[in-house]
Formats: sequence, structure tokens, C-alpha cells
Amino acid sequence: MNAPAELLEQVRAAVAKQRPLCVIGGNSKKHIGREQAGDPVDMSSWAGVVDYQPEELVITVRAGTTVSGLQKVLAEENQVLASEPPEFGGKATVGGTLACNLSGPSRPWQGSIRDHVLGVRIINGNAEHLRFGGEVMKNVAGYDVSRLMAGAMGTLGILTEVTLKVAPRPEATVTVRRPVGASEALRAMNDLCRTPLPVSGACWHDGDMYVRLAGPASAVAAAANRIDGSSLPDDRELWSGLREMSLPFFADAGDLWCVSLRSTRDHFMPDANWLFDWRGARRWLAAGGDRDTLDRHVQEAGGELWHVRGAKNGAEVFPGRSEAYRTMLLRLKQALDPDGIFNPGRLYSWM
Amino acid sequence: MLREIVDDHHVVSAAESKRPFECDGLPVYRQMPGLVVMPSSTEEVRQVMRLCHQRKVPVVVRGAGTGLSGGALPHPDGVLLSLTRLAKILEIDPGAGLARVQPGVTNLAIGEACAPHGLFYAPDPSSQIACTIGGNVAENAGGVHCLKYGLTVHNVLQLTVVTVDGEIVTVGCDGMASFGPDLVALMTGSEGMLGVVTEVTVRLLPQPPHCQVVLASFDELEHAGDAVTAVIAEGIVPAGFEMMDSHAIRAAEDYVGAGYDTDAAALLLCELDGTEEEVRYGIEQVTAVFRRHSARSMRVSQDEAERLLFWKGRKSAFPAVGRISPDYYCMDGTIPRRMLSRVLTDISRLSGEYGLRVANVFHAGDGNMHPLILFDQSVPGELQKAEAFGAEILRLCVAAGGCITGEHGVGVEKLEQMLDQFSDAELAQLNAIKDALDPGALLNPGKGVPTLKRCQEYRSV
Repeated sequence: MNAPAELLEQVRAAVAKQRPLCVIGGNSKKHIGREQAGDPVDMSSWAGVVDYQPEELVITVRAGTTVSGLQKVLAEENQVLASEPPEFGGKATVGGTLACNLSGPSRPWQGSIRDHVLGVRIINGNAEHLRFGGEVMKNVAGYDVSRLMAGAMGTLGILTEVTLKVAPRPEATVTVRRPVGASEALRAMNDLCRTPLPVSGACWHDGDMYVRLAGPASAVAAAANRIDGSSLPDDRELWSGLREMSLPFFADAGDLWCVSLRSTRDHFMPDANWLFDWRGARRWLAAGGDRDTLDRHVQEAGGELWHVRGAKNGAEVFPGRSEAYRTMLLRLKQALDPDGIFNPGRLYSWM
Repeated sequence: MLREIVDDHHVVSAAESKRPFECDGLPVYRQMPGLVVMPSSTEEVRQVMRLCHQRKVPVVVRGAGTGLSGGALPHPDGVLLSLTRLAKILEIDPGAGLARVQPGVTNLAIGEACAPHGLFYAPDPSSQIACTIGGNVAENAGGVHCLKYGLTVHNVLQLTVVTVDGEIVTVGCDGMASFGPDLVALMTGSEGMLGVVTEVTVRLLPQPPHCQVVLASFDELEHAGDAVTAVIAEGIVPAGFEMMDSHAIRAAEDYVGAGYDTDAAALLLCELDGTEEEVRYGIEQVTAVFRRHSARSMRVSQDEAERLLFWKGRKSAFPAVGRISPDYYCMDGTIPRRMLSRVLTDISRLSGEYGLRVANVFHAGDGNMHPLILFDQSVPGELQKAEAFGAEILRLCVAAGGCITGEHGVGVEKLEQMLDQFSDAELAQLNAIKDALDPGALLNPGKGVPTLKRCQEYRSV
């Protein structure tokens, strides 16, 4: 087992030899971010529940614990990790999920794993095992290193332990479908989300909008009656397919883009193949788009663009950043990983 | 030089005009600032920062000065940068559920501006009438409703930050996700030590159409504490869940007459919100749990006036306690909910040992305790005794698996207690982050994280 003592040894050796490390959990997100070199650090065996207090809605797990394994443990107490992160065939780990800050369809209402993290243990570039945050809901002592790790793609340290806030499993869910065009779907989703209904998903693809409601059975049934459309007999495949990026939409081998932007921004490039999630705040684009046009639209909308699939070797896949932003990020990298050994180039070529 | 950047009236050097800035909401710490500067735009902030950086002048950023940990305590040779003139609501996008505002806008003003759209801004610290959103970001402010709706960090999407050397950086995204390390989270709660926030995009939520509160009283603190744990374990997420002990109940009842049971040892207020069906379901569950935990009386608010009346006692608990004691010292430790009974019992024991009364009013749902230590500053040595008692309460919180501050911040007040919560290596890491973004230690120096030198001094005591 790759316990922290061995991991610390591996980090010390890497620093001594000035050799980069490539932190790997379940290796299920190899396709996310840029390709990188480095000696592998296997986190998959550093797994298991450290502490679970169901009545506190808090669980602490080792970083190599799989998301599906975690959800199984929580299900026994009728609880869930509410951000619905992808499980990628049961291989995705909690550490990897936090490092990539990946969330499922419930994200606008239930939050991301970043919102649910209460504390972490990390190994920094000085080969020190450190603890930040804790196991309580509110903790403002010191800088929020736990959440800084979210989205860092392992470039700021090795996560070894993660404490998460979990949620009660909703008693019932219902999904309502309404046939509608792209622009109208954006309007309809945003209008719906202004009303206080127990919404937990809102997506659109190929002429159909889907709205998921979750909560007490009586409340969900009443809310479903207030929305135009027809209820789906079984909605599990739709939402898990969206979460796992396994819907037919994602299957093409070509380019795949993800745009993060304000949900009310107008639909653009209408001839391209789009899928909207998060009530329109996350828009997936599969093929059919011209890069320059896409860049221009995203910039005008004040959004961020992620080239999920199909980037040329060595190209950047995450959004371009201003010089001041890059300086800030590089200085933080230096503070946590002075020798630059953790996942160099994974996030950006310059970091 | 500063007067070339910010107009003459808003660079304050006269002692009598600087006096109001000498302390924040924790007036046991006082210090006259070198200068008070009140810029009116991001550009002015940028130029002030650039100048101070060139001249190596410390800068302490201040909002409304309602903070409770001395975070806005001025520097004697520095600039106190007051951002209250940056007070515009720049944009409300009701469809996307967000507002873009300047840092000097008050928490309450955001709520008022979005109410006509059927929306609200969730974090509601008790100082919300006065406190600014910039200060809320600096402290990662909470409030009564964060049990269900999260802290400031969960409700901020994007920040414009002026760095110590006068560069402007936008962090976060007004969509839901920004790629790369979460710099919004790093800035939130950083107590003005990593940058100056000059614009904030907050998330707005639909106002719940129904809202009711259950008011229950208990003969034993322990029963109330266990009832809190049981409600959460039941899968209910109340919008607010507050607890008061007998000192606080009686003080509040004398002050506002909210109809509290003054013979009770503890009182719980549990608010449910949502659609009519969600609230009805929640009320049924909560009252059943309270009954099982031997509630001695229980009332469910029947209309909005009654709901507000029930809350009135809780909301005025601090001033109410202020009437029964010349001074009080408010603590802010957080503990796992299941430890509530045990920690309350220990606090009560310490209260006897120190000979100082304690009133407990707190956010029970998220384990955030606010013991109010009652003392009299005019009695020599009593403030020091209160501080020592407070430090001991915070050590209890850490030992129970909690932390030294849930929402008030470290400021100057809890620097020493940081050593109870963090190892030297962890503090060194936090200092390295500070050094990365503020190499000259000009932003709010001497706050938040004890320097290595101070750590050594404390640990050797």
C-alpha cells in the first residue's frame, strides 16, 4: 500500500533528483488536461473510509477511495455526495474528483465537490504532510487551502485525505420533458430556475429540454404539475449519461468543447451540435465549430473555454489567462511546490 | 501624492477625523491609523496600491468595520483603505440569478435590491444592516441561513482583485465553474491579506414562498443538543437552526418579549422553508423529533408576524445580553454537532471556575457556538480573565474536533489560538502563501496567520 510515509519518501526522492511526478488515482481522467511526463505516483491503493459520522453528514476518506465506493457507503445511510461527480466506470477517485473539481447535473443547486469539501490532508513540495480545514461546517482559520486544491489538477500538492459534507438522499425525483428549440430552452430553463421549485437538474439537447425535480415525494409531485411537459417513466439513464459523459452526444471521436458562462448568455453558433447542462451555464459543443468563432463568442460572453478532446499535442486546453493572473498562479505554485515536481504542464504549459 | 489619486476630502490625516477608524467591532483593540484613504473606483484603488507598494507603506482594508476579531485594526504607520465609497450595485441579472456589486455595498442592500425580482442573497450575518459585501468576502461571513444555503464562499462566483503591487486580476467566472485552482475560495476569508477586492459577483436564489419556524423549549441543555443532532440525522435541512441557553432566553425575553419559555434550560428555533409541501413535510418531521427528545413546549409559527416575533428574541440576543452585563466577549468556535452537549457542560464548569457568567446563543445546526462571556471591564483584571476563559473555550472546541473560528475570523484576536489548530509546518505553508501574493507583507500585516517568529515566542511560553 502506498501509505503517506512512502509517498513522502517518493516526494523527497523526486525533489532530490529534480524529477517530476505524475499523480494518478484511478487513471480515469487521463483525458482531462494536458499530457504530462513524470514518474507515476499511485494513489489508488490509499483508499478507505477514515471516519464517517452519518448524523453529522460528514465523511472522511483517503484520497484513493473511489467515488462509486463512497456513494455505496453513503447509500447505506440513505445519504449521497450531492454534487453527483462522474464515476467513470467505478474508477474515479475522490482525490481525482476534487483535483479536477468535476460535478454532475445537480451542480447549480447542490454545489460542486469544491462546495462540499470541509478539509484535506496534502503532501506539499517540501515533503510535508499537512492538514487544512477540518470536519466542521464552518471554519475560517487560515487560508482556504482545501478549496484551492479544487481544480488545481494535482499541481499544488498530493491530496491524501478528504473530508466532505454529504447530503440526505432525496426521497423522490421526477423528470419532465418538453420539446423546445435551443434559444427557447435557455429562456425556459432560466425562467424556471427563478421560481422556488425543488429543481435538481436542467438540460437540453436535440430539441428536448429536461427538468429534474428532487425532494420529498409530495413536494416533487406538486412541483411537476406546475411545469409544462411530460414526465419521463425512467430518467436514470439520461442523468447518469450526462454525468458520466456517456450519452451518444459525447461518443464522437472529434473535438469536444465545454463552455462555462453565465446561463442567460444568448445561444451562439446555432448550426453546431450543442448540449446544454446546468440550466445553460455549462454548454458542451461537439464538432461543427470553428475555433476562432468559438473563441470570439466565449470572450464576448465573458465565459471560459475548455478544449476537452481533440487538442493538438502540446496545445493549451484550459482558458487563456492574463499576465497578472499567471503571475499569481505561478507564485502560488512556487509557495506549495517550490521545485515544480507535481504534475508540471498538466494544467498549463507554463505551470 | 495620495491626494493626486483620491480627492482631498477623502484623504484623512486629522486626528479627530481618523478617530472613528481606530477600531472595528472588537473595540478592546484600538490603534489610530497613519492615514485614512477613501477611494471611489477600482482604478483609484489600483493607483493607491501601486504607490503604497513603491513606498513600502502597509495597507489595512476596511469595509463597515463591523468585524469581531480586530481584522480591520489600523496600522500606526499605514494607510487605512476604506472602501465604503465603492457602493454601487452594478448589475442584477435575475435570469441567471446573480448580482455584480462593489465591495462597499451592504449585505442588506443587496437583499433589498434583488427582492423585487423574487430573489435573495443567502448569507445573513447578524450585522447585515451595516456590514459590507467586501468585508463578508474577507471574513467568509456566515449567518443564520448558512446551514442550508452555505457561507459567503458558496455564494460568490467572481471577484475583481487588486494585487498588492497594483495589478487587476479577475478570478472565478460568472458561470458556475472556473477552470484551474479555486482562487475565489483562496481570496474568500483571507482577511484582506492577499489582495483588495473591488468587485464581487454574488449568487442570488429564488425566495422560498413558504417559511415557518418551530419554537421548542427543553428542561435540559443535553436534550436540546441531542434534538439538534437528531433533526439533521433525519435528513432534514432546516433553513436556520438556532439554540439559546437560559441566560440568553431570559435576557432576550426581558428585552423584546418574544414569548419565550423563561423556565426552560434551552430553546431551539428551527426554520423550514420551500414550497408549501416541503415546509409541511419538514414541520411534521421536526416536531416529531422534538417530541421524542422531551420538548417541554412547542409552538409552530402560524403567520409571518409570529415567525418574525419568534426570531426577534434570537436576533436581539446580543444587545439583550449587553443589558445584563457591562461588557461581554463573544467567542466563535465551531464543533461537530454531536459534541454540543459535552462542550456546553465543560463551558458551564469553566464558568464556575473563572467566576464569570456565560450566555450561549448560537448556530446549533452547524455547530458554530457563540458563548458570550459576561464581564466588567472597569474591574481590574476582569478583561484578562475573560480573554483567558475565551482561549480555554477555543481549546475545548479544537479538542472536540472543531476549530477556533467559524465565521468571525482570526484577525488580531485569535493569532495565538492558531497554534492550537495548526502545526508549525502548516503555519509555515500558510505564511508561504501570504508571501507569494504579498512578498513585502504590506497587506494587513500582523493579522490572520502568526509569523514564524511569533509562533516561536508563543510556543516557548
